[in-house]
Amino acid sequence: MKGKGCVAIASDRRFGVQTSTLAMDFQRIFEMGPHLYVGLPGLATDTLTVHERLRFRLNLYELRESRKIKPQTFSAMVSNLLYERRFGPYFVEPVIAGLDPVTWEPFISAMDLIGCPNVPEDFVVAGTCAEQLFGMCEALWEPNLEPDSLFETISQALMNAFDRDAISGWGGIVHVM
Amino acid sequence: MASTKVVNIPKGGFSFENCQRNNFMAKQGFPAPKAVKTGTTIAGFIFKDGVILGADTRATEGNIVADKNCFKLHYMAPNIYCAGAGTAADLEMTTLQMSSQLELHRLNTGRQVKVATATRLLKQMLFRYQGHIGAALVLGGIDSSGPHVCCIYPHGSTDSLPFVAMGSGSLAAMAFLESGWKPDMELAEAKVLMRNAICGGIFNDLMSGSHVDLCIITREKAEMIRPFEVANVKGERQGSYRYPLGCTATLSTRVIPIEIESTVVRPVAEESMDTA
Repeated sequence: MKGKGCVAIASDRRFGVQTSTLAMDFQRIFEMGPHLYVGLPGLATDTLTVHERLRFRLNLYELRESRKIKPQTFSAMVSNLLYERRFGPYFVEPVIAGLDPVTWEPFISAMDLIGCPNVPEDFVVAGTCAEQLFGMCEALWEPNLEPDSLFETISQALMNAFDRDAISGWGGIVHVM
Repeated sequence: MASTKVVNIPKGGFSFENCQRNNFMAKQGFPAPKAVKTGTTIAGFIFKDGVILGADTRATEGNIVADKNCFKLHYMAPNIYCAGAGTAADLEMTTLQMSSQLELHRLNTGRQVKVATATRLLKQMLFRYQGHIGAALVLGGIDSSGPHVCCIYPHGSTDSLPFVAMGSGSLAAMAFLESGWKPDMELAEAKVLMRNAICGGIFNDLMSGSHVDLCIITREKAEMIRPFEVANVKGERQGSYRYPLGCTATLSTRVIPIEIESTVVRPVAEESMDTA
């Protein structure tokens, strides 16, 4: 979700195989820079693979360019990685949240599994309870939320949405930048 | 990664490494997530001074609206724009790729790109993938031989016509175009007709919606009007649903201060050109 000079990204913590829960502290949101986080909901093996591949490409980029990547460029990088496997895709639907390293503009974007970018002004959602999240976010999000209010809004949206999804839950983690 | 000693620098182009695994999983009954499609109503036609393209702004993922204000009019060349319907990722990537090919072509030949070149490049690429790249396009532009509008189907066939409509709302849009289009329309009339055609799609097709975007290409310039009309205004929120601060129960909080390297503002004086 976007706020006033800040962004927040949140996910649940459950890792399971259909109805069996295997872990309650699974990490889906990865830090790609001090002001850049990417969430990778979907098939857990692809979450880990895409994270590793992204980290490799990002490191190469930062070595070549000697600067921190912009969130828009990172979004294009993720989109490219996913579209390369257009005919045999990774089953993840990334969500990217970050602040521009120079202007500190908040940026959020989401992608489908083959890399179609969606860059809105308000919020993005992904995962098995995406429909519930759409509903909660439409109701709760308002423009220009301060970081503390943004935290409350995103947490309540997430928790109430995954309470209505049997295979999501077991707590959430929120990163506010 | 195949080997830890050989670094796997990614090559360009499509990679088919996951296909076998994905087929196996599909047989096991894994419900794969759906790709975003742009259900869409797109249309284009020729008017007196050039070409006008129009599109709605809804992107769907199954039956959910994934993006209420997505951009379907893609830049190809300064004198050529393209409206796209079909699988959103395919449209985005195909038009970006074609746009860079056209720019290279323009630099190579030193001439303005012809619409026929863009059409030919696109149809050859789409035919190569036998329709698996789900991109249905309405290409419009103006070049030395006049204004052209062309529709390109995902399997690679093309039709060059005075007016076209594509997408799930094409029947509604075509109804308006068939009854309203005449040769040599003025710009104002053309805008109204295009607006009617796209709104016909928006209000009668469930997979098209939100607003109307227009692109008007004439000899002098290409003008993008986004949105031309906000056909669906978002409802007024009646109350505020803000939660009081501190109501969310947290197990732990970690505040990580980030060191910002010092910022230096250095005004750069304008240097006069050295014409020695």
